[in-house]
Amino acid sequence: MDLNATTVGDTLLVTVDADRIDAAVAIRFKDGVREIVQNGPARIVLDLSRVDFVDSSGLGAVVAAMKLVGADRKLELAGLTPTVAKVFRLTRMENVFTIYPTVSDATEVADTAQRTG
Amino acid sequence: MTAQSGKDPQKHTREISHRIVLPSESFAVRRALDSVQRALAPLCLDVEEKGTIELVLAEAMNNIVEHAYEEQPHGTIELSLKKMPNGVNFELFDQGKPMPEGELPLGRAPDPDTALGDLPEGGFGWFLIRDLAHDLKYERLDKGNLLCFRLAIA
Repeated sequence: MDLNATTVGDTLLVTVDADRIDAAVAIRFKDGVREIVQNGPARIVLDLSRVDFVDSSGLGAVVAAMKLVGADRKLELAGLTPTVAKVFRLTRMENVFTIYPTVSDATEVADTAQRTG
Repeated sequence: MTAQSGKDPQKHTREISHRIVLPSESFAVRRALDSVQRALAPLCLDVEEKGTIELVLAEAMNNIVEHAYEEQPHGTIELSLKKMPNGVNFELFDQGKPMPEGELPLGRAPDPDTALGDLPEGGFGWFLIRDLAHDLKYERLDKGNLLCFRLAIA
């Protein structure tokens, strides 16, 4: 499970470089996120644009990642592909997360916040 | 990849059925999901339909791996499918433990108003299966568990 982290303004952009977050890799995903977000900025955006499929174990791991980040920081999502969006919609988790259509939509928010802040 | 031979009307009327036996292990589940998509390729399913198949089958097989066989990789899962006029029928058979109380779990939708720390990290599987599958039926047989359902696709 490859997770690539880059800092954009005050946001840590974490790109999931895998086509699936499923039962086979859910634990590794969670461990990877735990490592990456340890001392990061207050806002983390998880780029899911390369992920074609998330099952309920993968969804659980994304929820777990949000818990790891904690209430005083934010974990947001960007670039959900159709089947991934469907899982978030059916389970109503789309109401739990802030979700941006694309990564640039998410990072524009970061830029604007930086300029005005 | 060859040209779009799936557009051939002959292919739509041709009978499609497929059977796979796989070990109870999550990477084997991945390969089985792939194999199902290849078997159904002549139906020219759209992204939505492919997603539905992949989700329901992944959840049903993950449940067998995790609960019926309790993560022991030496179990086997038999998956068979058959194209019907009103969709595709699927059957999953395993020789693992029966469902708790001999019945399918209810699978309720998670409540999105739950506080962050209390959000569920699992239990979405049966909810998704019940939401997407039709004619869902579970039977405990002498030798194992039989799960049947229909996906209203193609």
